[in-house]
Amino acid sequence: MIRFAKGFGQFWYDFIIGDDWKVAAAVVIALGVTLALLLSDVLSTTSATVFGGVAVVVAFVTSMVIDVHQSS
Amino acid sequence: MSGATWGLVGAAFLASVVEFVEALTIVLAMGVTRGWRSTLAGAAAAVVALIGFTAVAGYALSSWLPEAALQIVVGTLLLIFGLQWLRKSILRSSGLKSLHDEEEEYRAQTEAARHAGTPDARLDTFAFVITFKGVFLEGVEVVFIVITFGLSAGNMPAAVAGAAAGGLLVLIAGVALHRPLTAVPENTLKYGVGLLLASFGTFWAVEGLGVFMDGHQSLEWPGGDLAIVAMLAAWFLLSRALINLLPNMNRPDVERRSQVEDVR
Repeated sequence: MIRFAKGFGQFWYDFIIGDDWKVAAAVVIALGVTLALLLSDVLSTTSATVFGGVAVVVAFVTSMVIDVHQSS
Repeated sequence: MSGATWGLVGAAFLASVVEFVEALTIVLAMGVTRGWRSTLAGAAAAVVALIGFTAVAGYALSSWLPEAALQIVVGTLLLIFGLQWLRKSILRSSGLKSLHDEEEEYRAQTEAARHAGTPDARLDTFAFVITFKGVFLEGVEVVFIVITFGLSAGNMPAAVAGAAAGGLLVLIAGVALHRPLTAVPENTLKYGVGLLLASFGTFWAVEGLGVFMDGHQSLEWPGGDLAIVAMLAAWFLLSRALINLLPNMNRPDVERRSQVEDVR
């Protein structure tokens, strides 16, 4: 049973996180920051969409740069 | 059929081809080295599980979740898949990672299968599990891609038809050739599909944030669906910029590590 649960967890980790956890982390952070600013009324709903798109792009670039830098 | 529908069918078709080529490589490697009975049993079990998963997930998504919740769940997954593909494509195009090679993948899989020991039972558990996992994993990705493209364009049958055509084509080619489909320009396809997934994923995931607001309504992008085109252009330009800039960092260890990743 434990082996099955472990295998099941590993499957979903491989499926969602994949080769590089930083990409998944970048997406979650970008969406989380956007949501926080939206809920605290710093952003309007329309500006939140643009901010969210830019945040995802910036987070992805950051994850790529960290990826390459970490390997040095 | 309109141009938009053809575009939808084409996108689902290409994404499906990429995923099914990877699944086929695993099936062939297991079948040739471990025997076909357990391999095909694993593939068949994965297809059955996939049908069940699609039915349950499809029913749950369409019946229980408000539209914004569907968008944030599927959009976030699509965004992660798309960016993973884009990351690999950028590293490969900039020379920081070796190109994906189905021959190499096939060799790695057959090598692992040979070292797994000789099966003594009627069912070869190793071949069954590896095949099941490979086919199910790639299949679930196709399911999410079809759901996103189909719902975004409001034409689920066209998305299903595109994905089914891609799967059928790979299946026929695999049966006919009986070897990995190395002629498929997988790296280029992955780059193109990665751009599409990242664009649709960004659009949907951000719209879906509205589920956390009062009323649980999706957010609206300026320009509506045209924002997807803007996202596509942005991801394309960004990827070209990264392809040019990242090699200047010149990190030899990236290549070493990516060779390990390439067998996945």
